[in-house]
Amino acid sequence: MNPIQIIPHAADYVRILPELVLSVFGMIIMLIDPLLDDRRSRSLSGALALVGSLVAIIATWMQSQSPGLGFWNMVRVDSFSIFFHFLIASITAIVILMSYEYMSVQEIRGGEYYGLILFGACGMMLMSSAVELVLVFIALEISSISTYVLAGFRRRAAISAESSVKYFLLGSFATGFFLYGVALMFGATGSTTIDAIGNVLRSGHIPVLAYMAIAFMFVGLGFKVAAAPFHIWTPDVYEGAPSPVVAFMSTAPKAAVFAVLLRVLFEANAPGRIWLIWVTAALSMTLGNIGALVQDNVKRLLAYSSIAHAGYLLVAFAALPENGIPAAMFYTAAYAFTNIGAFAVVSHFGGAGERRVTMEDYAGLGKRSPLLAATLTLFLLSLIGIPMTAGFFAKFYVFSAAIKANLVGLTVIGFLNSAIAAYYYLRIIVVMYMREERDDSPVAPVPFALGMALALSLFATMYLGILPGRMLDYASSSVSDLVAPAMQTMPVQGIAQVH
Amino acid sequence: MCAQCLTLFALNSSLECFPNSVANYIDLAPMPDNYFVRYLPLLIHFLVAVGFASVVVTLSWLIGYRRPSRAKMSPYECGMTPIGDTQSRFSVKFYLVGMLFILFDVEAVFLYPWAVILRKLKMFGFWEMFVYIAIFLVGFFYIWKKGALDWAAPSAKRGEV
Repeated sequence: MNPIQIIPHAADYVRILPELVLSVFGMIIMLIDPLLDDRRSRSLSGALALVGSLVAIIATWMQSQSPGLGFWNMVRVDSFSIFFHFLIASITAIVILMSYEYMSVQEIRGGEYYGLILFGACGMMLMSSAVELVLVFIALEISSISTYVLAGFRRRAAISAESSVKYFLLGSFATGFFLYGVALMFGATGSTTIDAIGNVLRSGHIPVLAYMAIAFMFVGLGFKVAAAPFHIWTPDVYEGAPSPVVAFMSTAPKAAVFAVLLRVLFEANAPGRIWLIWVTAALSMTLGNIGALVQDNVKRLLAYSSIAHAGYLLVAFAALPENGIPAAMFYTAAYAFTNIGAFAVVSHFGGAGERRVTMEDYAGLGKRSPLLAATLTLFLLSLIGIPMTAGFFAKFYVFSAAIKANLVGLTVIGFLNSAIAAYYYLRIIVVMYMREERDDSPVAPVPFALGMALALSLFATMYLGILPGRMLDYASSSVSDLVAPAMQTMPVQGIAQVH
Repeated sequence: MCAQCLTLFALNSSLECFPNSVANYIDLAPMPDNYFVRYLPLLIHFLVAVGFASVVVTLSWLIGYRRPSRAKMSPYECGMTPIGDTQSRFSVKFYLVGMLFILFDVEAVFLYPWAVILRKLKMFGFWEMFVYIAIFLVGFFYIWKKGALDWAAPSAKRGEV
């Protein structure tokens, strides 16, 4: 046997360049933070983190010039991973922009917060380029552990600690499922590389163990994206966690986990994919929307809405690869920017101690702060899926992909759910514009950084809603990264072949 | 069944005793045929361990003297008084120190395999370990400056963690 080449090449480091950048910036923040007082720590580490995420975007661009495998086939840079790297880096930048005001209003010390956001983003990026399941697991843990801690960052609020502990306990339990699935997959196919697994599973004979492995891995990943029936934690965690953190963890880790799911389900050609997705998508859409109907707390409402959106997104996973993959990628991006924007408004309006989060607090916001109300309205319309916003095309592509794959039942459930969803999003808008305000204390003016965050997410939402073509083309071009060209035309694994 | 028969059975390769349908259902294709043989020492070890433990306990129960006393019958608890309030309060710092200890302990453990194969890793491995230790030192600097190591100080020096 040849001795294994143990020294990585320089090209290997390019394959993880954005991750390296984020880790280094995270460490710099950790180094300087103990030397600063509270106020300077907030501003300086915030600025460093912002610079870090922007450098990560540049690093991603550099990386995109030399796609390929790195680190002994553990990571792969292709247009698929580049898409998610850009998405996660932009989410991180926007979240950092919106956190600055929040940290000073809530009197939270900044350093560790920004450091953890960068470390978490590093894990999420790694997830989207990892093509080896053990590395996926490690990346998943990097991202999860950061978000567990971030959820408890309003240290003095009991509700935040509760949210952190709940997320940690349930999350580590779910990760155990994922790891068990990886072990079973290794037993079934003799490999942990997604490529090799795909080859074994495509060769015709699918061991029963592989079905179990996929099911276990799906439980772990389904938990992270808050898909029903693994969604129970979502409302409690989102309610207690700081709003910018919710904006972060309802978008970036989800995008990363969806990237992993796309790789596992399509590239590895997971058996039994359609039924698994069918049931989960239908359940998530229905339970999420029905749960949201009765919520009075806006953060809880958005939590249930994120469950429902995970459901819509999963519909694309049941479709054919050539339609489903771009639709899922587009939906991830559209949902991410819209949801971040909505949470930016919620976080600003919440005020010290996040006191204003119920529906009544939003009454009369249209009069008290017309601009803020109008912004939130646009984001909510995008979440409903009104034309001219990102949400419309996202839903359109997903459902048309589902129709092309002949998933009529699932599409009908999706449409019915969109109609239900319109009710509770519109309810917020109605309350904002047509209900008399309870208190007319002036809403704090929007500071520059938060304004930038709002403007960026608003721009992205409208851009994707008016000119969706470029992103969709890009997403379609990365289909061939996941599915070998010859495989694209093959019939989908699923209903017919389960038994 | 004697161990030899078991071995033969295993060598004859696995699933012939099952009806075909079951054999198809329990798909053991990736498992090696000599699975049983390879793990036989483990089974023997397990049986010997169980056997030895039960023989010793049974013998001492059969032929040993029993002179119970109050002290002997009380539950053993590492020298502490076993009776009392279980919910006595102690500083949360024990947990902090415990966690930090584990982190640095694991770091030290990583040094051993590195030292064993350092020759093969050449200079690359040498410098890589420096990077690794540097990253850990960042963490050490952080907890030190945050005051996590000061046992007596009521709270961290500069701001709270």
